[in-house]
Amino acid sequence: MSDEPLVLGIETSCDETGVGIVRGQTLLVDTVASSVEEHARFGGVVPEVASRAHLEAMVPTIERACREAGVRLRDLDAISVTSGPGLAGALLVGVASAKALALALGKPIYGVNHLASHVAVDIVEHGPLPEPTMAMLVSGGHSSLLLVPDVTNDVRSLGSTMDDAAGEAFDKVARVLGLPFPGGPHVDRAAREGNRIAIDFPRGLTTGRDMERHRFDFSFSGLKTAVARWVETRQRAGEAVPVADVAASFQEAVVDVLTRKALLACKEHDVDHLLIGGGVAANSRLRALAEERCAKAGVTLRVPRPGLCTDNGAMVAALGAQMVAKGRLPSDLGLPTDSSMPVTLVQA
Amino acid sequence: MLLLAIDTSTTAITVGLHDGSSVVAEASTLDARAHAEHLAPNMRDVLATAGAEPGDVTDVVVGIGPGPFTGLRVGIVTGRTFAFALGLPVRGLTSLDAIAHEAWLDGRRGELVVATDARRKEVYAAAYVLGDERADRVSEPTVSRAADLPAETRALPTAGRGPILYAEALPHAVAPLDVSGGALADLAVRRLRESAPGPGELQWVDPGHGFDGLEPLYLRRPDAAPAPPSTKSTLG
Ligand SMILES: [Zn+2]
Repeated sequence: MSDEPLVLGIETSCDETGVGIVRGQTLLVDTVASSVEEHARFGGVVPEVASRAHLEAMVPTIERACREAGVRLRDLDAISVTSGPGLAGALLVGVASAKALALALGKPIYGVNHLASHVAVDIVEHGPLPEPTMAMLVSGGHSSLLLVPDVTNDVRSLGSTMDDAAGEAFDKVARVLGLPFPGGPHVDRAAREGNRIAIDFPRGLTTGRDMERHRFDFSFSGLKTAVARWVETRQRAGEAVPVADVAASFQEAVVDVLTRKALLACKEHDVDHLLIGGGVAANSRLRALAEERCAKAGVTLRVPRPGLCTDNGAMVAALGAQMVAKGRLPSDLGLPTDSSMPVTLVQA
Repeated sequence: MLLLAIDTSTTAITVGLHDGSSVVAEASTLDARAHAEHLAPNMRDVLATAGAEPGDVTDVVVGIGPGPFTGLRVGIVTGRTFAFALGLPVRGLTSLDAIAHEAWLDGRRGELVVATDARRKEVYAAAYVLGDERADRVSEPTVSRAADLPAETRALPTAGRGPILYAEALPHAVAPLDVSGGALADLAVRRLRESAPGPGELQWVDPGHGFDGLEPLYLRRPDAAPAPPSTKSTLG
């Protein structure tokens, strides 16, 4: 098979039906149908609503991706699909569809890890990944620090969140501040008008014994509670809540911890490339502070453009293309989904 | 003609292949929790058994339920995608009809109820009259507790897993328990024949004719609660 394999990737681990097509390290198309608006009124993703939306969007999204990329299905070299982690019912729709494609077309199928895909997507944006690369994935579902010697078969977990994911904390704080779901972009926007040192919110797991035991782990639950208490106290006293200052100070607490630990991990593991992915990577303050701290530490920062940081099919295609190029064996047609697939397992 | 029929609305993950004159291969796996794992391998196996390639298939039919949502969707998305990839027509049939049709094929006549497992202590059910020509459905599929079905309905011979699960409410269990891909394929070919303009070659007519569309029969609204944080592991 060529070292420029043509791979179609399917991603349905949460509320976005993503189909991407990659040729080698070149992104041809990234098509996403989102059901986020259907979930907004519930303040979170409703699994059954997401699964129903995936079923309706699946074939039209594949069709649109092929049309926009000018790719015929029979010309594909392989199909890749997120087999986990994610919402069980949502994953099943994508995996079943990918298997049907693979069987109908007589193509190999690769069931791949969603988190490794978040890392691999930067290959189509910024070229080959240095080996090893340090990767920090931050979203509504994950907050992980990964040491990645080889994204196709060697991903090591250095730490992850002990409670809330970073993006989840954004959603919850947004709710406290009366901002809409999903919270990330709204908190980011409000924070631009605010003072990020106005309120000294706690930085979880950054001192003393916590730092020894949970060196590269995160905790955002205490921060979220601190914000809620602070706001409540104001409200009870009949005072106006300075939304912009709260948003900016909260956001600063999150990105300070994230970037501090990421750079410490780079230093201690002697890695000079840091990749940030996941929906929270679109946060403007996280990008700015990461740039500042990386520059100071002599670490090269890689952040895919926002559209490739959130869940999408291109990332799954990108990892699939790497698998093919590196000669990894395909998955079996009986491959399962795994809603809690460990990050260290790149392929199902 | 080579018609591929798929159903995942009951415990059976089932596939049948029909060449226009008879069922040439069938594969079923009983595993209510692993639809996506077994379905594609079963499809591969029936094609291999029949000595056929995926490209030889001319028509796809999927059971659209009613059935437990997660498994049901696996069959429907598989049928839709497989047909799309090969540029084939794809049609839906109510899964309960395939169970009644199999009972009819086995020689049963008269009134029949089909009641399948809807989980949450409920059944999906529909009533049929099995005549000399065919099995006719005489009620729309419903979801309810078995005991809440009308008494005269519950007294009838009942196919599906309903009577196995709720023997007190549905005392007259008869075969079959689950959908079989072969029976679904046979039903689809007969429906095609009925809708064909005359003797000779089978042909497809307008999409709805004799078929039930491709939308799943959920019969229940989704539970409108967001995923708990522990399972919401990949937002973004
Ligand atoms: Zn993600």
